[in-house]
Amino acid sequence: MKEFLHAAARCRWALPALVVLGFAFCLACEFFPIFNDYSKVVLITIGINIILCASLNLVNGYMGEFSVGHAGFMSLGAYASAVMAVNWLPSTPMELPLAVVFGGTVAAVIGLPLALISFNTRGDYLAIITLAFLMIVKSAFENIAYVGGPRGMTPPVLTNMPWTFFWVVLTLWVIRNLVYSRFGRAIIAIREDEIAANAMGVRTREAKILAFVVSSFFGGVAGALYAQLNFFIDPRSFDIVKSTEILVMVYLGGIASLFGSVLGAVIFTVLMQVLQPIGTWRMVILPLILVLLMLFRPRGIMGLRELTWFLPRRELKKEPGQ
Amino acid sequence: MASYLAQQTINALQLGSIYALIALGYSMVYGVLVMINFAHGDLFMLGAFACLLLATLLPVHLPLVVILLVVMIVIGAVGALIERIAYRPLRNAPRVSAIITALGCGLVIENTTLSISPYPHFMPELFHSTTIAWAGLTITTLQILIIGVSLALMIGLDLLVTRTPFGMAMRAISFDSRTVPLMGIPVNTLISRTFFLGAGLGGAAGVLYSLAYPQVSAGMGVLIGWKAFIAAVIGGIGSIRGAVLGGFILGAVEVMAVAFLPSTYRDLISYSLLLVILIFKPYGLLGQPPNQKV
Repeated sequence: MKEFLHAAARCRWALPALVVLGFAFCLACEFFPIFNDYSKVVLITIGINIILCASLNLVNGYMGEFSVGHAGFMSLGAYASAVMAVNWLPSTPMELPLAVVFGGTVAAVIGLPLALISFNTRGDYLAIITLAFLMIVKSAFENIAYVGGPRGMTPPVLTNMPWTFFWVVLTLWVIRNLVYSRFGRAIIAIREDEIAANAMGVRTREAKILAFVVSSFFGGVAGALYAQLNFFIDPRSFDIVKSTEILVMVYLGGIASLFGSVLGAVIFTVLMQVLQPIGTWRMVILPLILVLLMLFRPRGIMGLRELTWFLPRRELKKEPGQ
Repeated sequence: MASYLAQQTINALQLGSIYALIALGYSMVYGVLVMINFAHGDLFMLGAFACLLLATLLPVHLPLVVILLVVMIVIGAVGALIERIAYRPLRNAPRVSAIITALGCGLVIENTTLSISPYPHFMPELFHSTTIAWAGLTITTLQILIIGVSLALMIGLDLLVTRTPFGMAMRAISFDSRTVPLMGIPVNTLISRTFFLGAGLGGAAGVLYSLAYPQVSAGMGVLIGWKAFIAAVIGGIGSIRGAVLGGFILGAVEVMAVAFLPSTYRDLISYSLLLVILIFKPYGLLGQPPNQKV
């Protein structure tokens, strides 16, 4: 079985075939009653969480920085897409994809100056600046009457399984290709030793900013999908608790691992659904898991390792240990 | 107008002294461990709850001084305990692990409190406050008490840090954490004591805050604690005098913002202030950039 999986992972057509099959399955779910509405929402939530987790992993895992502002980008994406879907192009066929792309773009455009500011300093200061950013976004939306202020907005319910699947695959594909490029080696070098990387001629500042902007784009995409899923968004949906949830997923699944991100998102989302009856005690158990993880397995389940399926083909051709 | 401003200045001093007390805890821990203790705001909240329990559950009425001291000792012990259990095993781990653990500890404390007591409580009146009118200003004895106790604690801490061997060791460890253990200074004891002191000040701030704004809820650690953290960063995290300065600046900015703008803009303004200060002074007003060694 193991040999078969390894051989399959090395086959040129296995991964595209799997993706096409998955997409066809999601499409089928739209037309045939395979899942009930509740299961569909849970599955879409898993997808959104995978996007969030993988994109935050780019900054927090691969690059080894500590950003707590991912919910802020989610919020920007959610509000931008909601404004577009409600006010600018209601009920057109391309409403969802355009709104999602717009949400991601707004988040990335705001992410750029934030990256420019935060990478002037080092280490813990990124955590501080992203925290301030998160709070500023929240109170800014609370004060803008155009987007409903503290009452929030009610965007249409548009997110479905095929589109979520499409964005999950796109996110994982883009991040995988980035991480295994020259740029990816630069951000891993930043994590290991930034001063040494600089001395070797790696343009660390550019790599950090690019990683941050890409990460914020997909954060915005996830926010946009979330907004068109839940029928209701308000500034408090995207507070520090949301950011912490994403952090739990990243460090649970494992830093610097895309399969880890998928695993973290799946385990977290299912656990949150299963633990629904215990109410607020959920948010005691989850941080406790996080603390125990940090004490006993600081890199998470898949930390710094990757499933063969998530590696680009040219990485497979290399000898082990290379 | 001038008397309105002067009146707001008194309110700003009251809020600022509470922020400063909490900010000291963040800054002291950062000074010795180079770590952001995100659980500190929740220790402040526990301080307010401890005060509430002492004031309502005991059959006798304790004097305020006794309550303040007991809360400081209990919360100090909780802070030292968290350090012992959760942070000490991670002292040589990557810095990010320690930050995440602190964030997790804070959430555990906050949400446990929230699950046990979901609704806000009202603090009974522990100090009978009278109003003094002087030159067109009104100041309550409670405000004088809060500002006075905070200032006394801050001056006490400053003397402790600048005049005692313990303070010297603390300053030494933030100057060079590798050489200090080689000089025979017991680092673990030192760090435990620092946590005890920082958390104790946070607990005292919890008592004072619940006297001034008599409502105690699980969310106040996030509301006030994170603000105090901003104060510590504005002043330059790791610097004790910076924390006090930052606390008073933030208190002044918030009170003035509410005095002249709708109150919903308060958070927006205080966090934007943080961002602006970090753009121009990346290490805060009184902070030192860390030594970079290759």
